[in-house]
Amino acid sequence: MYLTRDQEKMLEGEEGEVVERMFRLLVRLGDLYGADRMIPVSSCQVSGVSYKSVGDPGLEFVEDLAAKGARVRVRTTLNPAGLDLEGWREMGFPEDFAEKQLRILEAFRKLGAELTVTCTPYLAGVAPSRGEHLAWSESSAVSFSNSVLGARTNREGGPSALAAAICGLTPRYGLHLEENRTPTLIVKVEGELRGPSDFSALGYWVGKEAGGGIPYFRGIREAGAEELKALGAAMAASGAVALFHVEGITPEADPEKARGLERVGAGREEIRRSYEILTTGEETDLVVLGCPHASLGELSRAVSLLGEGGTGKPVWICTSRRVKEEATRSGLRRRVEEAGGRIVADTCAVVSPLERMGFGTVGVDSAKAAHYLPGLCGVRVVFSPPERLLGVGG
Amino acid sequence: MRGRTVNPGRARGEALVSRTPLSFYGGVDPRTGVVVERGHELQGKSVAGKILVFPRGKGSTVGSYVIYALKKNGVAPLAVVNQETEPIVAAGVILADIPCVDKVDLSPLETGDLVEVDADRGRVEILRKRR
Repeated sequence: MYLTRDQEKMLEGEEGEVVERMFRLLVRLGDLYGADRMIPVSSCQVSGVSYKSVGDPGLEFVEDLAAKGARVRVRTTLNPAGLDLEGWREMGFPEDFAEKQLRILEAFRKLGAELTVTCTPYLAGVAPSRGEHLAWSESSAVSFSNSVLGARTNREGGPSALAAAICGLTPRYGLHLEENRTPTLIVKVEGELRGPSDFSALGYWVGKEAGGGIPYFRGIREAGAEELKALGAAMAASGAVALFHVEGITPEADPEKARGLERVGAGREEIRRSYEILTTGEETDLVVLGCPHASLGELSRAVSLLGEGGTGKPVWICTSRRVKEEATRSGLRRRVEEAGGRIVADTCAVVSPLERMGFGTVGVDSAKAAHYLPGLCGVRVVFSPPERLLGVGG
Repeated sequence: MRGRTVNPGRARGEALVSRTPLSFYGGVDPRTGVVVERGHELQGKSVAGKILVFPRGKGSTVGSYVIYALKKNGVAPLAVVNQETEPIVAAGVILADIPCVDKVDLSPLETGDLVEVDADRGRVEILRKRR
């Protein structure tokens, strides 16, 4: 790979040990995936923030970087942490867990990262434009920024996104190149999709079919940001989909490029099957919405459902601190709380220590959450549309 | 068999082979090295000290840190052999300095085979078939 003189100096250690180590990782990845050179990135989004995910090795890794005086060179936000930074005590998050979690966040703060800890930075003040190069690592955010915003990022690992943040560069390969963004599989959608949870169930099935490919959806007449967010998150959990196109909706969907590809059909039956296979429990004792983190629109829909339904169970709606603050200002938060719900910021069920908080069966409206919760939190799940989880209409 | 060097190094050991993709985040316990993904063909088996063979990674990008954690905790595989190493696994093995080779035809490899991986040269050799 071609390196500029300055970049060669980084590799020779002229900018310190951390830059050298992190840049070596980027160069090796670049060589491996056929990059011709490095390109600057406008923002980074780093995963591996929850103490539950990374444990002591991750904590030590980030603290070590911070202690050596490393600094990020571009705007950098973080994936969700293992607790709500403000409400953790009151919500019963364990103290020993919180102590380690806060150390991780402090180390990231020292590195110069923003404490925007969310899987949806695009709903929390980082809005990349079409064609912008990024190094993001949260798989659902990668999918959203590539597919819906038309920005360009590979599906980075936590360390490679952090390396890009510290070096301000990423190797130019994969989805940074126009020719690698063309679809590989046509998905013909039949039947009606009702709300983000149906898109999530559909995505779960398609992700398994597509693997690491690029699906091109036909037959979806209407889909807003929330539906596309749910669709992409599910495909990134069941498969490794980092980019998808929806005919007539997403910016790079080009019918010309979808000619002659293999086709699969998907509809109500596949959606029903996803709801069924991901459901492992019956009676829920907690309902968690907001995977990926809820938008303001999703919060207000949840308020109406909470008002209509009535389960008496705790209901968490996970979101970013930014959206929680907006909801507080607009009075939405008060309405959620009056209806028996709770807005939880900075974390989500999957990366929080749920298993230590006494919950056995969790209701979710997201295939991604349903996929990860049994393995990561040792709980059973019920995956259903939110109306059913919240007992609306009987 | 010849493949491509993902991360250099050499190792010899018993193969643990998965025919289906493997997710490290949520799929492998970083403290014990045991595969915990429900329904996965390796569920309950430990990757520690094995030549870990799987077609490609899947799932969350936190996987890189999990590979790093496995190494720190002394329960990492000795080497990794893939059909296609995707970036999450690649960053993990480079950071943890685990020998890794990809672009290898995995079909002759079976769990229990004694395997030598020379990742410096991108070579994978079966020394003895399982009994």
